[in-house]
Amino acid sequence: MPFEGIGASVKRREDGRFLAGRGRYVDDMNRPGQVYAYIRRSDRPHARIKHIDIAAAAAAPGVIAVYTGADMAADGIGGLPCGWQIHNKDGSPMAEPLHPVLAIGKVRHVGDPIAVVIAETKTQAKDAAELLVIDLEDLPGLADIRAATAAGAPLVHDDVPGNVCYDWHIGDKDAVDAAFARAKHVVKLDLVNNRLIPNAMEPRAALGECDVAGHYTLSTTSQNPHVIRLLMGAFVLHIPEHKLRVIAPDVGGGFGSKIYHYAEEAIVTWAAGKLRRPVKWTAERSESFMSDAHGRDHVSHAEMAVDESGHFLALRVSTLANMGAYLSTFAPSVPTYLYATLLAGVYKTPAIYAEVKAIFTNTVPVDAYRGAGRPEAAFLLERLVDAVAHDTGIDRVALRRANFIPADAYPYQTPVALQYDSGNHEMTLAEALKAADYAGFPARRAEAARRGKLRGIGISTYLEACGIAPSQVAGALGARAGLYEVANIRVHPTGSVTVFTGAHSHGQGHETTMAQLVADQLGVPLDQVDVVHGDTGEIPFGMGTYGSRSLAVGGSAMVKAMDKIIAKGKRIAAHLMEAAVEDIEFKDGAFRVTGTDKAKALAEISLAAYVPHNYPIEELEPGLEETAFYDPKNFTYPGGCHVCEVEIDPETGVTKVVNFVAVDDVGRVINPMIVEGQVQGGVAQGIGQALLEGAAYDANGQLLSGSFMDYTMPRADNLPNITVGTEITLCTHNPLGSKGCGEVGAIGSPPAVINAVVDALKEYGVRHLDMPATAEKIWSIIQANRPKMAAE
Amino acid sequence: MAKISLKVNGKAVSAEVEGRTLLVELLREKLGLTGTHVGCDTSQCGACVVHVNGDSVKSCTMLAVQAEGAEITTIEGLAAADGTLHPMQAMFREHHALQCGFCTPGMVMSAIDIVQKHPAGLSEAQIREELEGNLCRCTGYHNIVKAIAAAFPLMHQKHAA
Repeated sequence: MPFEGIGASVKRREDGRFLAGRGRYVDDMNRPGQVYAYIRRSDRPHARIKHIDIAAAAAAPGVIAVYTGADMAADGIGGLPCGWQIHNKDGSPMAEPLHPVLAIGKVRHVGDPIAVVIAETKTQAKDAAELLVIDLEDLPGLADIRAATAAGAPLVHDDVPGNVCYDWHIGDKDAVDAAFARAKHVVKLDLVNNRLIPNAMEPRAALGECDVAGHYTLSTTSQNPHVIRLLMGAFVLHIPEHKLRVIAPDVGGGFGSKIYHYAEEAIVTWAAGKLRRPVKWTAERSESFMSDAHGRDHVSHAEMAVDESGHFLALRVSTLANMGAYLSTFAPSVPTYLYATLLAGVYKTPAIYAEVKAIFTNTVPVDAYRGAGRPEAAFLLERLVDAVAHDTGIDRVALRRANFIPADAYPYQTPVALQYDSGNHEMTLAEALKAADYAGFPARRAEAARRGKLRGIGISTYLEACGIAPSQVAGALGARAGLYEVANIRVHPTGSVTVFTGAHSHGQGHETTMAQLVADQLGVPLDQVDVVHGDTGEIPFGMGTYGSRSLAVGGSAMVKAMDKIIAKGKRIAAHLMEAAVEDIEFKDGAFRVTGTDKAKALAEISLAAYVPHNYPIEELEPGLEETAFYDPKNFTYPGGCHVCEVEIDPETGVTKVVNFVAVDDVGRVINPMIVEGQVQGGVAQGIGQALLEGAAYDANGQLLSGSFMDYTMPRADNLPNITVGTEITLCTHNPLGSKGCGEVGAIGSPPAVINAVVDALKEYGVRHLDMPATAEKIWSIIQANRPKMAAE
Repeated sequence: MAKISLKVNGKAVSAEVEGRTLLVELLREKLGLTGTHVGCDTSQCGACVVHVNGDSVKSCTMLAVQAEGAEITTIEGLAAADGTLHPMQAMFREHHALQCGFCTPGMVMSAIDIVQKHPAGLSEAQIREELEGNLCRCTGYHNIVKAIAAAFPLMHQKHAA
């Protein structure tokens, strides 16, 4: 039998159903008597709802019901809850305006849901929705964060002055000011982190059901079904949890956008209760663009104080973060505890001060998107470090090395709250430079120049934080949820195993890797282990998958549950083999009496546990099933080095990524094939952000990039092959030593790409370039700077 | 409503459809073949690609009535009766060319057509260019390109045999 345990690139068991077209996504599900919901949304960024006339729609063929915000309010339904509360500099809580499920009084962004039509068929619902007469009075709108903070700007919410959700800070301002006062160099940079639209390939969908006894079931495209059950049941629809089951079946990608509790989930569940018929809603892609939470959208000013030998003395950052029109579930945490706390990066900068203002605008709510705060921090810092190199003339690799936190300095306390447990930045840097043949770059640049092309190379040495924790600390910082994970491990009488995990797989391959982990640790064949996830009716209360937490937190819960299985198994084995418990060891799937050849396989122990005829029944309960909740002691800190090489055609401005190397420290790896795939996918999204993607709004808040025809998704011919290496240090505080690999690609890559583009354009006087570095933007820079070059 | 008759995955079927019903709606909603997915509304993403009389077609861009008399193959019709995967399916699995699985059916159907239409050979650049009509958000395409290159000799060997 081939090796299938920890470290083996086992082929995925999920693939069988996906490749055969037998996946089971929400929109694939249909129930007897099912009806269809279509949501009429605002096409205006900001308007007062003067009147809604539903009569014609309600009378249309097949229509069963038409509901507006007034109908939900009449049922006592308020707004969608926010799961994280930030406090202002002065200690007061952030502004938390009502986020109605269906709009009440006003619409505040293009895509804001106004009414739902429920009909026998999808086309009937859609046709009838066109008959709704919605009388809107336009109000001045805002999309840009800078405009929203200007004096006299229109207000998104009448009760939120200045459109400021919160004004928050972290770090020691006095220490930073003092360091700046004595600095040899002060390097300044203004940056925009472009707004992205996540675009998981499966559009969101929700199917609500209610049986005669008042038990509700919601099937939804979610990364965390228990979180949805808690938020929707307790805070929106007031359905007790024992009467609400949430199922997240096969989910076609999430990247953060499917963490949040969305209006449509509440609408179909509530409507199913009123109509006592299953109600299904599936987003069209154009709805996804205007209703899935967007990502990023920061405007920042950064300054680094540097001494004469290139050591960073202090970092000062000021950021405006766009929240959109309402607070999405975890939005407030992203530009604060997932961003500013990462501004030390891999450097021993002794003093850091950051202030962040979160701003409401008439745009789709912004929340975590793959990386969530850490890509914004890494982009700012790694661009700023290159700017320091540019302004001081110090080599960018040497500058990074001079400021690295040395490997022997771990654990390392940063000046922005986090304590890093492990890492070795020199190791990942050296390996990445080697794999990218950094030393050979000048020859490649010269060769490209002979062909009339501009070649550049960029690096980023980044660090991020995964598996947000511990719950108590997160709670003190404003989290309104726990951040543990749970695993239940059921050893069946004949020794096969079912693992119930609170983590959710929507592309990550958990059914394979988690089975590998458990099979390896319990010493049973891989095909004897199954993984169950995504159904609150089956699994214990888990927190789901986001922030690269599934293995580091969820896998650690499995290890803890297996520890309990093994401890109990030892007591059963001691009884059966008439030995002392202390003399029993568990190895390779068997309990052995140390120093003898006496052994009992796990299956013999489990059979004895469920058929307890010869069993220590006075001391032990029958059965062999254990649950563990694992609350981490700290974040994990993956990091690494990404090297990007680009070639720009000066005639067209088109940038081609000709080589990309990612060497990441993700801690212990269970399945290298899957880790490589995760990193490649993340890098593709990072290259997308750097070169292609950007949500576009007009000044008023009209969404201009509302389809795949306007929003540039990376296609196969936009991307290079992506070389992935791993050089690991172990996480020191979880039992697996794993750190997480889901987001490193999207975090490390954007600054590497832009550093490469800036390097390629250095002869044109370019010091910085905002993302996306589109062909048009680069071509314009080249055109604008050509005469100057010719004159020189 | 119009009555249409066609062959889907080798089986004769007929259905009553509205004039505006899309082929993908016929497949998913009337015939229960939910392997073919809908990922957009502008004919960009390619999740809905099926074969119509041997050519890859975005089934969101064709009316069901236009499929009158056609032979359609969907992702469900690729594997042999005994479950043996088509070489393209097998290579997707071998090379980890799928993650969430949502784009996969369309990607596999397109990939088969790409290989069939280039019997003389396929460079990596050609594969990437030919995949222009299929979006994947998970893989970065690296492993999809590898899987298609690996399926090429297997498919053409089969044709030669």
